[in-house]
Amino acid sequence: MSRQIGEVILDLKNVSLAFGGVKALTDISFDVREHEIRAIIGPNGAGKSSMLNVINGVYRPQQGEIILRGQHFSKMNPFKAAKAGISRTFQNIALFKGMNVIDNLMTGRNLKIRSNLIQQAFWWGPARREELAHRAKVEQVIDFLEIQHIRKTPVGRLPYGLQKRVDLGRALAMEPSILLLDEPMAGMNVEEKQDMCRFILDVNDQFGTTIVLIEHDMAVVMDISDRVVVLDYGRKIGDGDPDEVRASPEVISAYLGASH
Amino acid sequence: MGFFLETLIGGLMAGMLYSLVALGFVLIFKASGVFNFAQGAMVLFAALAMARFSAWIPQWLGIDSRFLANTVAFLLAGALMFVVAWLIERLVLRHLVNQEGATLLMATLGIAYVLEGVGTSVFGSDIYKIDVGMPKEPVMILEGAFEGGLLINKEDFVAALIAGVLVGLLALFFQKTSTGRALRAVADDHQAAQSIGIPLNRIWVIVWCVAGVVALVAGVIWGSKLGVQFSLATVALRGLPVVILGGLTSIPGAIIGGLIIGVGEKLSEVYLGPMIGGGIEIWFAYQLALVFLLFRPQGLFGEKIIDRV
Repeated sequence: MSRQIGEVILDLKNVSLAFGGVKALTDISFDVREHEIRAIIGPNGAGKSSMLNVINGVYRPQQGEIILRGQHFSKMNPFKAAKAGISRTFQNIALFKGMNVIDNLMTGRNLKIRSNLIQQAFWWGPARREELAHRAKVEQVIDFLEIQHIRKTPVGRLPYGLQKRVDLGRALAMEPSILLLDEPMAGMNVEEKQDMCRFILDVNDQFGTTIVLIEHDMAVVMDISDRVVVLDYGRKIGDGDPDEVRASPEVISAYLGASH
Repeated sequence: MGFFLETLIGGLMAGMLYSLVALGFVLIFKASGVFNFAQGAMVLFAALAMARFSAWIPQWLGIDSRFLANTVAFLLAGALMFVVAWLIERLVLRHLVNQEGATLLMATLGIAYVLEGVGTSVFGSDIYKIDVGMPKEPVMILEGAFEGGLLINKEDFVAALIAGVLVGLLALFFQKTSTGRALRAVADDHQAAQSIGIPLNRIWVIVWCVAGVVALVAGVIWGSKLGVQFSLATVALRGLPVVILGGLTSIPGAIIGGLIIGVGEKLSEVYLGPMIGGGIEIWFAYQLALVFLLFRPQGLFGEKIIDRV
């Protein structure tokens, strides 16, 4: 493989998150290295999505901190995260349903738009040139994800598998350095899963994007990820490369419910 | 035939003015999912500001020309609406991100009272007039085509034209600019919009600003028709059936809804009125809205609401 796994880019330290009396995450620490594919797995309700929401600032953990490229964040919010180059997809697709595919991807370019409101209102030279440049970038993403044929279709009308792909496209349009994927393959058939796997690997390989993903399909996770974190009831019960994790008795018992 | 056309045109022009009021609701609902009960108060506040500024400015600056004074007053009132929008975001909305719709709705009721109170205590509670030089006298057109020609109210015609242009520009702005796209994105899904780096706070200021400008234009037009007084706040009530008909999320819906109601009011008054006793114009719109609520609650162009309220 051409890519080189680099230094630690994202480091989570002793993160605890509770909703009232319910502890979603308890004292979790793990790191993500640059250019790697890092998976978070665990049974239902293990706190995987909460973990992703903490990284991206949707949830504020009561304890712990997030260190991104050496910078400490005790309070992250989604806007800051986006500015820092973190983009994400959602478990229950959160696309803008009334808009077509191109417009959805164009929203991903929002942070990079420099022209101001007045210039846009008058469709002024710079605003117009900028729009075209962003549009070109979006077309690249569309080519990459092989969704040329649906570029003008309102997203709400697309089948589920394609919506997932557009969701990934919008995240990619941000040209993120870290990409968070919340169950990118949930509810897909085998063929769609294979496509999605290919895209994830290509993104990682071609753009060097660091990827943190949550996935239920064990075969897929073990196949594509470099390192895996295992959560169960909000605690970390395993961390390491796929083979290590697979062999860990704790992980096996969490998944198979071995007798205690 | 001539009389029918006359009624129809009168209805279309009145409808355009309803659209203008309805547009304020639609803009804010699209961007924040809130039904803005303060829209009427914003219209009143903007109209008061415009009326008083245009009276004060000739004294302050010694401007004689009415046109110049009105222009300056309009710009000042616009700036004031910007400040109002900024304050609303800062003091109210910012603290209510991701709250229930009902909470935000109550907040807009509060905003309405504050605006009405501040407006009348700063600008006074007398009846003022706004004179922007709208032509008052009616004209005859197409005298060759119909016997007696068509009698058109020039003031309504100019007002409808302004409203039409404003609505068109806003539709373009929403569809064609990147800020417009961001606005639509926020309307669709707050969380997703934030996660791709759309600054929610700034978007809300922009939207309330635009709604403020729409309120100002509506305030000036209605104010010069009816005079600026407290009851101007109830003009917004005329926008309610329009948004129910057209759909709360659709700008074209607001236009077409307004036109349907304007035409419906006038035609029913003229042709149905004599049969059942007249006075239909007053309740026709609300009756039509009721029918729509029963059979097509999302309106003609609105997005279907799937979740339970």
